[in-house]
Amino acid sequence: MPRVSKHNGWFAAIWFLLPCLTGLILFNLIPVAGAFTLSFTDWDGLKPIAPKDGVPAFVGLDNYASILGGDEFWRVLRNTAVYIVLYIPLILIASIAAAMLLHRPYRGVSVYRVLFYIPVLTSWVAGALIFKSILSPEYGGVNDLLNQFGIKGPGWLYDPNWAMPGIVLASIWKDMGFFALIFLGGLQGIDSSYYEAAKIDGAGPWRRFRHVTLPLLSPITFFVTVICLIFSFQLFPQVMIMTDGGPHGATQVMVERIYRYAFSYFKMGYASAFSFILFAIIFLFTWLQLKLQKKWVHYDA
Amino acid sequence: MKWNGKQWKLLALCLLVMAMLIAGCSGGGKSTGDTGGTTSNSGGGSSQGNQSSGDSGGKSETVTVKFTNFSASGDNEKHLQKMKEEFEKQHPDIKVEIETLAYDDYFTQMQTRVASGTAPDAYELNYENFVSYAKKGVLLDLTPMFGGFDTSVLNKNALEAFSTDGKQYGLPASFSNVVLFYNKDLFDQANVSYPTSDWTWADAEQAAEKIRSLGDNIFGIYQPIQFWEFYKKVQQNGGSLMNADMTQFTVDTPQNVETLQHMVDRVLKTNVMPTEAQMAGMGDWDLFKSGRLGMLVTGIWAFPDFTQNITFNWDIEVEPGNTAKATHFFSNGLVINKDSKVAEAAFEWLKFMSASREAAQIRVDAGWELPAVNYEDVLDKYLQVTPPNNKKAVFDSLNYLVTPPVVEQNAEMTDIIGLHLQAARDGVKSPADALRDAQKELEQRIKLQ
Repeated sequence: MPRVSKHNGWFAAIWFLLPCLTGLILFNLIPVAGAFTLSFTDWDGLKPIAPKDGVPAFVGLDNYASILGGDEFWRVLRNTAVYIVLYIPLILIASIAAAMLLHRPYRGVSVYRVLFYIPVLTSWVAGALIFKSILSPEYGGVNDLLNQFGIKGPGWLYDPNWAMPGIVLASIWKDMGFFALIFLGGLQGIDSSYYEAAKIDGAGPWRRFRHVTLPLLSPITFFVTVICLIFSFQLFPQVMIMTDGGPHGATQVMVERIYRYAFSYFKMGYASAFSFILFAIIFLFTWLQLKLQKKWVHYDA
Repeated sequence: MKWNGKQWKLLALCLLVMAMLIAGCSGGGKSTGDTGGTTSNSGGGSSQGNQSSGDSGGKSETVTVKFTNFSASGDNEKHLQKMKEEFEKQHPDIKVEIETLAYDDYFTQMQTRVASGTAPDAYELNYENFVSYAKKGVLLDLTPMFGGFDTSVLNKNALEAFSTDGKQYGLPASFSNVVLFYNKDLFDQANVSYPTSDWTWADAEQAAEKIRSLGDNIFGIYQPIQFWEFYKKVQQNGGSLMNADMTQFTVDTPQNVETLQHMVDRVLKTNVMPTEAQMAGMGDWDLFKSGRLGMLVTGIWAFPDFTQNITFNWDIEVEPGNTAKATHFFSNGLVINKDSKVAEAAFEWLKFMSASREAAQIRVDAGWELPAVNYEDVLDKYLQVTPPNNKKAVFDSLNYLVTPPVVEQNAEMTDIIGLHLQAARDGVKSPADALRDAQKELEQRIKLQ
């Protein structure tokens, strides 16, 4: 019998890993380490780096201190929180609902599945521009619809209180198909005998959904929530195209600030520090979720 | 099992190949820079038809100048090409390699290239970015190269705009100022006399209100409430955003509050100017073109579009002032990378694009902004193209030019001021509060020398 040693396994594995690993090291690990170093400097993003000439100069924790000590960071964080509070419950409801609809076997269901998925494939530029016109206060479809019910629609993207909800609407439209597809996979993995048993016990459709579907879907819900939270903190293209951070700063979010500091204010060091704070926040929230999952996630045996 | 020699060799080979690939990638940029550098250049100084073969080696050496720009993107690439051909005819020893990038990615790309040492020899910068680049020391000081270059052919204000701390870091390529556009038909309907060059704010207001009363959907005037209009508008009212030696912000002075109040009242009080919601995402140009706007303060780069797409009668006039007259302009400048190996040749190209009669002529013929030159015959031709009939107002406006306050953190400063102006425009803050907050934030975040 051939003896399989650990070394041998490593040797074989390294050839398969090498192509991937090279990319990872070159394009992820090295830049990340570089950015981390820069976050302690005052680099302006223009002068070629020459450590001998003192470019960039090390400023220690100054960048971090001035970000966390300023009003702007907390304002931006609050804007992100508004987005998360609106986006996560809505996307969960919308995508579970869509998945339930697409789960039923009826004629042409695959056509609907494709239709729901199309927004995911659409580029954000096109999607955001369409939403900009749909949300137009005077001529947009949303306010027209509200008018039919006698409601005077808000100024949406031009109103500091309604701009973020407007962006949430666009994001839901765009992301729903993607998460619905994941939920659909989860639904199809639920053994139909559970439903039969529940039916025999006299459970109606709502109770079956509440006590069978939801608990068995909880690993998927957990996964989706984690991903959504990460996406939310990284909110960017919608904002750049739909509001550019306006009206008067109501939709400024972290990645938008990072971009602005790095590429229009020439403060690359400051922007790097900002992105590591963002990383810390995402890391913290993801870790918290992993901790909390034991309380509500059921893994089907 | 241990790794045998063969396996080690294989791994080493793999790593070597990878290393070579990587080296090859990064080397590409460098080697092109070197080829430019090896050719010692002396032909730059002499201009027409220089065939002298006095250079080392006897071979006629040509230098290549890499030039990157954004303003030709879209329709004007062919005109830039024409300039290049004309230039190369005059300078057989210099070749220009043009790269045109779209405006949207231009500054992100340029920043990366400058930082990585792969910037082109010469490139274009808009005024806002120019200052940051110059102050950060990545541009070549052109003053020592001026020699016999007669700068009097250039518009003085435009030239001055591209100097900082007494050094000339760039030459103006093109030039556009801002004037008052008006819809003659709406003025006739409202029975108001046309604007004249000595109109004041009050005259414009009266006319705007009369035009506004023509219909629910017709507006009197549009003048964007943003930094670029504001810094000029405060000077029309005797104010300024900084003190004279630029050591302190003076954003929240009473004159400035009065100025902003005047601008905001147009939107929120008299509503002669539409609110953001009333605009509903429509651009100000589109509003004017649709025939629903009496007056519009905007740049002369609107001429080609308006000429083509407007059916009603329209004309222009010098912008009204209050206690003083003030107008402003935008300019794109041409700069040379500090580390360029072919700076002399690059400077020839800059001079040609900026100050030569030929390039100016190409620009005027194409209607591609305004050349920043004083050649009367070329400019005469510009005046003859109508509409607008009162094209003279473009040049009359130059008499009142003011330049923006310029600091190293320019983009940051304009964003801060812009944000607070927006808050006032949307009625979230009173003009006094908005400017006081702006002043405070500027003092905190912007370093002044």
